[in-house]
Amino acid sequence: MSTIFTLSILQSALELGCIYALIAIALYISFTLLNIADLSTDGCFTLGCAVGAMVTMAGHPVLALFMAMGAGVCSGFITAFLQTKMGVQSILAGIIVNTGLYTVNLAVMGFSSNINLFHCDTLFSLAKQVSENKIYRDWYELGIAALIVLAVCLILGWFLNTSSGLSIRATGDNAHMVKASSINPGRMITAGLCISGSLTALSGAILGQYQKSCDINFGTGQVTIALASLIIGNTLVRRGGMLKRISGVVLGSCLYRFIVAIALRLNLPAEAVKLVSAVIVAAAISFPCLKEKAGFTKKKMEMRKKAAVRT
Amino acid sequence: MLSIKNISKTFHAGTVNEKTALRNVSLEMKSGDFATIVGSNGAGKSTLFHAVTGAFYVDGGQIILDGEDITFKKEHLRSRDIGHLFQDPLLGTAPHMTIEENMALAYMRVSGKHSPFGRVTKKDKALFREKLALLDMGLEERMKNPVGLLSGGQRQALTLLMATVVTPKILLLDEHTAALDPATAEKVMKLTKDIIAERGITCLMVTHNMHQALETGNRTLMMNDGRIILDITGKERESMTVDTLLEKFREQAGTRLDNDRILLSGR
Repeated sequence: MSTIFTLSILQSALELGCIYALIAIALYISFTLLNIADLSTDGCFTLGCAVGAMVTMAGHPVLALFMAMGAGVCSGFITAFLQTKMGVQSILAGIIVNTGLYTVNLAVMGFSSNINLFHCDTLFSLAKQVSENKIYRDWYELGIAALIVLAVCLILGWFLNTSSGLSIRATGDNAHMVKASSINPGRMITAGLCISGSLTALSGAILGQYQKSCDINFGTGQVTIALASLIIGNTLVRRGGMLKRISGVVLGSCLYRFIVAIALRLNLPAEAVKLVSAVIVAAAISFPCLKEKAGFTKKKMEMRKKAAVRT
Repeated sequence: MLSIKNISKTFHAGTVNEKTALRNVSLEMKSGDFATIVGSNGAGKSTLFHAVTGAFYVDGGQIILDGEDITFKKEHLRSRDIGHLFQDPLLGTAPHMTIEENMALAYMRVSGKHSPFGRVTKKDKALFREKLALLDMGLEERMKNPVGLLSGGQRQALTLLMATVVTPKILLLDEHTAALDPATAEKVMKLTKDIIAERGITCLMVTHNMHQALETGNRTLMMNDGRIILDITGKERESMTVDTLLEKFREQAGTRLDNDRILLSGR
């Protein structure tokens, strides 16, 4: 067991879990709360990574995060604009934006498909210099990722209970009611998708600095992975307030990373990671349904047994 | 309070499905008027409500609410002044949000607290509690429960409360008790009457119950084929029975009142 489960695996699973949790939270807003399948996630993630990397290269690793979030807001706004003002179906709007972003991302990266940040200061390299302490050196990366996620969770937990937050949630929950409640659904969808886009891009920017590189294909499949995290999170935390649910999503993201890490330790080739992801997503989504079916079958067998005893 | 002038609406104009739902409908509602509306299937009762709330724009005519011409005002902007309850109790509340959150949403949108980052205060919560207690359904003890867990009657009562938490200029009730079981329907109806009477809300209510149509409010309207064909108030209304009302309908419309629900409910 010790060969499969090590502290470093747990550590890197938590680090990646926290970084990718931001996309899962973004999907929690668009997919769960707004009930919109926003497929621009992949492109938006790369956009954040690219913008973040360019600004980091220019020597501003902290500003990079905010610039990336700004880019994410733009991407979310265009997706929302297409569906609220131009009559494009929401799923198509996401795909269109995702396709367009590929070129935009290449342009941001100076038409090179890969850039590296080995020789510039990143959030992580700056934090590393703070202390020589061994424990600090081991955990500072997780600390940064966790702090950012914590801040996002707290802000969202607060925001989703304000007047605007409640309106956004109601828009996805009962469109009929929203129209009759003097809430402009188009504006709420736009606000929700902008927030969701900014978080996706933030995740990309942090990952770029964490891995010290940015690749045009970083985003591929992110939407599936985030969805898996989201669904694991929703299965773990079924009820409770907004903060609790968002924390559940973060937990789901970490758990997902852990499962993948374990799977890869079982001598699976690195190329298999996407297939493993797909299998985990399918398993996580079908779990509640299978559980119910299993319970029903068990009940049926018991009743049959009882009937057999009686006769 | 509400003044409807010669509005008409044709759906799917120019196709085989062309349907004229409203034909030059005019209606004048004084402040505090409480009118019931009965009519055949497809007479245009719900369409009339939707014209007022702005679900679509009318083809012609004018709608004036409290002195303001709202004919081309957007739906979500009108709804600040209009309360609208539907037959389906699921339509008026957000199921995955708690009772408190639903109340907060309804309250904040119309009260002065519509700053984008406003939150409900302890005082507001106490007010919600107090209002919920009036329903006598025990909902004040379940403020943190998602609305999806409530029964249809409870949800409809909550919707009514939300629509009137800040007094609307006009309240539109579209058979809002028709999908509830008889006991609950009676309870919600009583609540409705109490709230309307207490605050003098101007109200239009569609019903298929002929007794209710005559006994509730101070005015009875009958609709047929996109027109208001009868408008009875005062003494005439007091002396009216269900039978004379139906007779009157036949005279005006030239056909019998054809509403399967009315027939099924044995008038």
